[in-house]
Order: sequence, then structure tokens, then C-alpha cells
Amino acid sequence: MAGSTTTARPAKTGGSRASRSADDRSAISSSGRPNFLGGAFGWLWLAIILIPIYWIVITSFKSASGYFSGNAMAPPTSPTLANYKLVLDSGFAGYFLNSVIVTVGAVVPAVLFSFMAAFAIIRGGGRFLKGVNAMFLMGLAIPLQATIIPVFLIVIKLHLYDSLLALILPSIAFALPLTILILGNFIRDVPNELFESMRLDGSSEWGTMWRLAFPLTKPAIVTVSIYQALQVWNSFLLPLVLTQSPDLRVLPLALFSFQGQYSVNIPAVLASVLLTTVPILILYIVGRRQLLSGLTAGFSK
Amino acid sequence: MSAVSVGSVTPSRTGQITPSRTGRKTGSLAWLVVPALVMFVGFGIIPLIGVVVLSFTNWDGIGAITPAGFANWGSVLTDPALPHALWVTFLVMFLSWAVQTPLSILLGVFISGHQKYRAALAVLYFLPLLLSSAAIAIAYKALLDPNFGLGAGLGLPFLSQNWLGRPALAMGVVIFIVSWQFIPFHSLIYQGGVRQIPKSMYEAAEIDGAGRVRQFFSMTLPQLKNTIITSSTLMIVGSLTFFDLIFVLTGGGPSDATRVLALDMYLRGFRGSLMGPASVIATILVIIGLVLALILQRLGGRGGATSQLEGA
Repeated sequence: MAGSTTTARPAKTGGSRASRSADDRSAISSSGRPNFLGGAFGWLWLAIILIPIYWIVITSFKSASGYFSGNAMAPPTSPTLANYKLVLDSGFAGYFLNSVIVTVGAVVPAVLFSFMAAFAIIRGGGRFLKGVNAMFLMGLAIPLQATIIPVFLIVIKLHLYDSLLALILPSIAFALPLTILILGNFIRDVPNELFESMRLDGSSEWGTMWRLAFPLTKPAIVTVSIYQALQVWNSFLLPLVLTQSPDLRVLPLALFSFQGQYSVNIPAVLASVLLTTVPILILYIVGRRQLLSGLTAGFSK
Repeated sequence: MSAVSVGSVTPSRTGQITPSRTGRKTGSLAWLVVPALVMFVGFGIIPLIGVVVLSFTNWDGIGAITPAGFANWGSVLTDPALPHALWVTFLVMFLSWAVQTPLSILLGVFISGHQKYRAALAVLYFLPLLLSSAAIAIAYKALLDPNFGLGAGLGLPFLSQNWLGRPALAMGVVIFIVSWQFIPFHSLIYQGGVRQIPKSMYEAAEIDGAGRVRQFFSMTLPQLKNTIITSSTLMIVGSLTFFDLIFVLTGGGPSDATRVLALDMYLRGFRGSLMGPASVIATILVIIGLVLALILQRLGGRGGATSQLEGA
């Protein structure tokens, strides 16, 4: 199993990775014969992904009349930023801030708690930790959305209904099972000799966790953080059920009410879709290597 | 391994372990799980128990909660809407699995090659995952407009249909969008699985004269068994939670053709103010999730899904 992460890890180092790692793994590409079926489908899938995205982008720059009169796939004859202005004037800066607060407020504690729990589960033993681990594993099999009604009740009882904290707390809980699983897989790959030598040096488990396990699992921590940030950022059911005030809307909910309000103005609706994606797109551009290779390693164990 | 998760099906049992056994030899480490445990018990396990409890009560979401005995169960189980919602849920589950799995494997094998352009394609494939389901549903609603959408733009009449107005078409649209959104993610999992297959196996097969197709079916596919189980588990349990997409895209329509259980739960509870019956639906959802996960785990032999996920 240790080998599985080393496969993906070289991928993080950068551009020259393709040639380097081709030597030791996967002869799929080196057998000389091209994979025609895979290739054809690969390009077809690219078209399937990009055509809708292309359409969203060009349409968001069209005027309402341009949308109804011109060809849907042609770029706008007179591009306009009016749609984006309308979206920004509809309070999206505030919704953006709400989304940032909820996402950071949920992901930072979720990953921190998960790291500590995963460390304890992997390094410790005994029935208690095994039981805890089994409980988190069970959490993976449960569609947590199904617990929304009691969560709603709990949030009301805690007097948190219609607050951002009401979104943060369940988001932390929902993120834990998968984060603990993935971080546990990476902590398990840390060679035992390193833990032993830390122990011989008189390091406490707490010190070992921060000075050894944390730096060595940092790539995985970044990966799960981005992944969970995506989940929380895009979450829809929790804000739909747990908040009410317009000024507490997070972006997906704001999108939903915006399209309800401007359902005829398709270009403006699409501009709102794109605007809410920009921050996450920037995050993806910055962290894509980390995310893609980390997810590959984390899930295919 | 399977024994561990079978035991964990009853949440209360795992809960009982908490107080008595903390002081064992791992006591020095056990406290590290406390923050995660408190959060998960508070907003995961207690709601899980709560959903069962609430299914035996009447509650409108605002007023007092009163006991209802088995009345909610009786009314939901005899409601003809339930078999329909179950059928729609399993149909979405099966179709989305059956479409996504072969395509994800094909794409995963393709991007496991180390050519640079394939890495670049993988980066682009991932784009739909950045969009929220709500955003995707909103965009596709506009895109599928028969008069101003994709069909009109590409000049392809067969794409200009009343996609969301006819039951069978609406179901097809849901499956397509789910695939559009999640195939990239699963192909990434398969890419990781394929890259773990030792090169020496392919060299040996090459020497034995096995062709590409033969290699795929007699080596790649069997080697991917655990990856297939992991990916299928995520797909199948995930399909129980396609709430946002369907809610925004069709609202369950046309004429309940896409009203899956999760949506049914929301509409009964938060629109119909019938939290009791909605909790019955939620309990059924939880049971389906657990049973399916256990079945998939058994399919994997020696503990399958969870122990694979566990990395054991």
C-alpha cells in the first residue's frame, strides 16, 4: 500500500513528471499501440464538458435582446458587462462574504479535528479508538442529507436558526468521515521507524503529531481542505433549510433566488453562475496538481 | 473487518463504548479524537437517532412535537407515492451507475497514460466539479431551452426537445447531468487504480502475446476490482443525495417523474410541514444507504468496501 502514494506524489513536483514517472509504473502508454477507443472518447468527453461551459460564458456577455435574436452558439456581436453589473448590484458581494465565512469556518476546524482524530486512530489502538473509527466509517455509508430534519430541530433548540453558525456546525460534522479516512491513509504511510526515533528522542505523542505527522501529511491536508472547501462552498440543502434572511444567503442559495427573480433574463442568470464559480476556479488553478494527484492517491488505496 | 462495520450499524452500541473504555492503554491518545467525536455525535449520530425518533411523532416544524405512534409509518408505507419514489430513486441510482462506471473506467485508463496532453485534459475534465449542483441545474435549464438553447444553436433539431417537460426525457437529462458532473471525479479514482497496476504484469502479458483488448479484460479490469467497489459505493450512496440538482432542475416533475426519496423528504417536511412522515422517508433513506454499503462490502470479498476505504 505504501507504494500507492509514491506513485502519485511525484506528480506534485511539476511539469517534468510525465517522463519521470512513466518509467516505473503503468505500461498502458508504453505498449506502443495507441489506445484509439480511449483517445476518441477522451476528446469526445472534452467536447461534452466544454460546449456547455463555452455556451454559459458567451451567453453571459450577451444582452437580453442579443440572446433572443442571435444564434445561441455564436459569440455576442456586441459584448456587454451589464449582466455582471446587475448581479453585483444584487448584493452578491455580501453573499460572497457569507460563503467565505461559512467555508473557512467549517473547513479549518473540520480538517484540524480530522487530523487529530486520524492520528489517534492510526497511532493508538484499543477498543475505544476502533469503535470510534468504525463509527466514522459508517458515516461514509449514510446519506447525511437524510438527517436534515433533526439537524433543523437541533439548530432551533440551540437558538442558531438563521445564522451562519447554523451552517458551519453541521458542515464540520458532515466533512469528518471522509477527511479522517483520507488523512488516516496518509498517516499510515509514514514509516514506523520515524515514529520510533521520535519516541526515542523523548518526543511526546502531541509533539510527534505536529513535528512529524503533520509535515509529512501536508499534501494530503491541502488536498482534503480544497475538496471539503468545494463541498461546503457548493452546499445547498443546509442553507436552504437552516437560514431565512436574504442577507444571510450563501452563493448557491443566492443563485437560486436570483434565477427565480430574473428567470427571463438568462444572460444575467448565467453571469451569476459564472461569478459564483470564479473564486473556486482560482483556487483550482492554484491547487489543481495537489488536488488531482492527492484525490487519486487518497481514493484509490 | 466486516464485523467491525456490521457492529457499527447500531449507532447506540458504538456510543456506549465511549465512557467506559477511555482509560485503556491508549488513554494518552484517545483524547485527540474528542473534538471530532463531539461534533460528529452532535450533528451526525444524534440526528441519525433523532430521525428515527421523529418518525414516531407529529411536528409541523414550528409548534410542539407530539407522539404519533406508528401512524406516520402506517400512512407513508400505504401511500402509493412511496413505491413510486423508491422506483425513481433506484432508477436514478442504477442508471447513473450503469452510465458512469464504464465511461469512468475508459476515461480513467486513458488519462492514466503519462502523455502531457492527457494530464491537461484531466485538468479540464475536472471543471464541472467546481460548479455547485444548483449552478449546474440553473445553467442546464437554460441550455436545454428548445428555442434558444443548445439545439437551436447547433442547428440539431433532435436536441430541441421539451427536455424537462416529458417524464422519460427529464429522467434522461438528470442522468446525463449527473454523469457530466461526476464522471471526471470517478475517472480520477480509476486513474489512480490503473497506475497502481505493476508495469511488469503488462510486460509479461506483452511477451505472452496478449493484445490490448485482452490485456484490458483479463488484467486491468480484475486488478481494478477494489477501485470499482470504492467508486461504485461512492456513486450509489451519493445517488441517494441528488437533492439539489433535481430540486432546482425539475422540482421532482414532470408529474413526479424525478421525485426521488431525498426530494420527497424535503417536500413533505419543509413544504408540507409534515416532519413526521418526512422522517419516515429519511429513515428509509438511511436504511437503504447502510444496506447497500453492506452489500457492496460483501461483494468485495474479505471486507470489501470499508476495509478498502480504510486502506487495510
